[in-house]
Amino acid sequence: MNLSDTTVKQIDEVITHYPVKRSAALPLLHLVQEDQGYISQDAIAWIATKLELQPINVYELVTFYPMFRQKPIGKRHIKVCRTLSCALMGGYKTCSEFETQFNTKKGEISPGGEVTIEFVECLASCGTAPVVLIDDTLHQHVDCAKARALSDQIKAELKAKA
Amino acid sequence: MIATPTVDLITVNIDGKDVAVPKGTNVIEAAAKVGVDVPHYCYHPKLTVVGNCRMCLVEMGLPAVDPATKTPVMDPATGKQKINWMPRPVIGCATNASPGLHIRTTTQLVKDCREGVMEFLLVNHPLDCPICDQAGECKLQEQATGYGRGYSRYVEDKNVKPKRTVLGPRVTLDDERCILCSRCIRFSKEVAKDDVLGFIDRGSTSTLTCFPGKQLENNYSLNTVDICPVGALTSTDFRFKMRVWFLKQTNSIDTETSVGANTVVWSREGQIYRITPRQNDEVNDTWMADSGRILYKQVKAEDRLTHTSVAKQAASLAEAITKASELIKANAGAVRLVASGKNTVEEQFLIKHLADSLATKTSLISRVGAGDNILVSKDHNPNVRGALLTGLISELPTAQLTTLSSEIDSGKVKVVISFSEDLTAAGISESQLSKVQVIYIGTHHNKTSGLAAIVIPSLTVFEKSGTFINQQFRIQKFVAAVPGPAGVVDDLVILTHLTSSLHGTTVQLTQAAGLLAQTWTSLSATIPSLAPLSFSTIPDTGLLVDSTAFAKLPFVETETLHFKPVV
Repeated sequence: MNLSDTTVKQIDEVITHYPVKRSAALPLLHLVQEDQGYISQDAIAWIATKLELQPINVYELVTFYPMFRQKPIGKRHIKVCRTLSCALMGGYKTCSEFETQFNTKKGEISPGGEVTIEFVECLASCGTAPVVLIDDTLHQHVDCAKARALSDQIKAELKAKA
Repeated sequence: MIATPTVDLITVNIDGKDVAVPKGTNVIEAAAKVGVDVPHYCYHPKLTVVGNCRMCLVEMGLPAVDPATKTPVMDPATGKQKINWMPRPVIGCATNASPGLHIRTTTQLVKDCREGVMEFLLVNHPLDCPICDQAGECKLQEQATGYGRGYSRYVEDKNVKPKRTVLGPRVTLDDERCILCSRCIRFSKEVAKDDVLGFIDRGSTSTLTCFPGKQLENNYSLNTVDICPVGALTSTDFRFKMRVWFLKQTNSIDTETSVGANTVVWSREGQIYRITPRQNDEVNDTWMADSGRILYKQVKAEDRLTHTSVAKQAASLAEAITKASELIKANAGAVRLVASGKNTVEEQFLIKHLADSLATKTSLISRVGAGDNILVSKDHNPNVRGALLTGLISELPTAQLTTLSSEIDSGKVKVVISFSEDLTAAGISESQLSKVQVIYIGTHHNKTSGLAAIVIPSLTVFEKSGTFINQQFRIQKFVAAVPGPAGVVDDLVILTHLTSSLHGTTVQLTQAAGLLAQTWTSLSATIPSLAPLSFSTIPDTGLLVDSTAFAKLPFVETETLHFKPVV
């Protein structure tokens, strides 16, 4: 576990918000996932120790919430909505376009480590379907052409960073 | 006299029958008092209530009170207070008795509720009963065969889950059978204090598991198998060995430590298959340690003594007794007895009798070991209190027989009679033992029996009847579950023969059962605190005996379940 100093500070701070330490389990999981990109077994054990719990208590939580990841993901996280409105407006096609662009499959890390693509349930923007959430940014009306453009943009950004 | 705490009794009405129960009793327990069975899976009387199986749904009503005046509303038809029935059912396990509480368990609503809950529980439950170890003692099976419709409306595919997950060294899990009652999780956390179990992947794939790298390996893991209402948690030792309905149940006592957990020995045709705890709310609740459950393996152990021998030559019991009494008579005044904290009260009483007639001393060897503050105490002898009460010893036993050792060296002792004790483990060397004649009366082979001049095999706790006195000074009885090896007789018979042979009288070879009653006649006549008792009148859950005479002794036990040492 190599948490950044900021995360450790935030963790210590957030624990004080609750009358019992156990209640801080979910916020801690979010903080660790933001820091590490995923929640490893070590992280579960670390959080359990921190909150004076047994690892199984934290493990139960991690396996219940789909947004907690137990495996690392790519540098960017592409979440394509597949609920009714988006599905009708071509969300599945958008998703396959992303898969083609990055030569990967849903739930996997693309060969270059750029992205992980996933289907998610409703992103609450049905009027602008199909929608895609890339990390924390919502993109609306993402048809295949826009998916290609977004993919190119991601590739370019990652290249510029590297 | 100890004042019994006054309990606040209130009256509740279950299916039209009034019953007085302590305030706060839940509906399942209250109903049980009037013989009404409220089916339940997740509720366990010794664990916290979670109410997640929904099987114990009942109808509940409370006496009507006028909201404005707070006066009771009377029903003119019956002349009694009107009952306001709640429109929806409530779960019995989490509904506590309050004055005037009315419960109905036989209405159509309750019937529909139970059928609905059962149907959902059985949706993903495999039809494993013909090969399931729980069959015959499965609450789910009982309910389904008792009230089920006999066919399933469910046409979809059932969930497939792992069938043989190893949760720990002694427990195997069949995930498909699990109905997610969480009794095992609560037991591990609340009683065993080892919170290792939990449900992961909640939803239709909910799975009982430990955190990766951890195991259900505490010394109480098999209790989870006992309390599992279905066949999900199974004992790796008992799994697929025997159908439970073929097994005979015999009440017994765990000899592992001075806690004296009450047990049931399950046997068939002279063979023991498993040991499970028996409820005793004053001793072990409904639990016992895993280490006590494997003790039955000593019955058929490799090193079990099965033949009487004199000078390493096979001999009859009569020959051995004669030789022994000749040996004792020839060395009068130089005989010492080493009895055991594993002997029963009756045996200790007869050994005391023997010691008195020889005017000699008896030693006991202490077995102090690790305790866990739950149901394993630090004294690994089950019956040191019995030896005190029978007057066999007056001080607590020591681990080393130093006096005996020096007496052997000085030539003061020529004959040692050991009752199942290995003297080499108590500071007597093998060379010292070869200087004296040893008479060994015991169940298993050890270094002492190997060096003994006369060896008389005896019975294990599973093959004889008797009593132990546990750390609370509670006298508890056990009865023979299986017959002993052919030709091996009860310790009481051996002792009676030896004593009478020494006195030059002969006794008829008595049945052990008759001898036990006979021993108790003299026991209750000799020991004041056992005065009104006989073997048959000791209750199944034991009886506390007067221990004031021993209050000053520094017993080694520390606090365990239902036991606090006298400070």
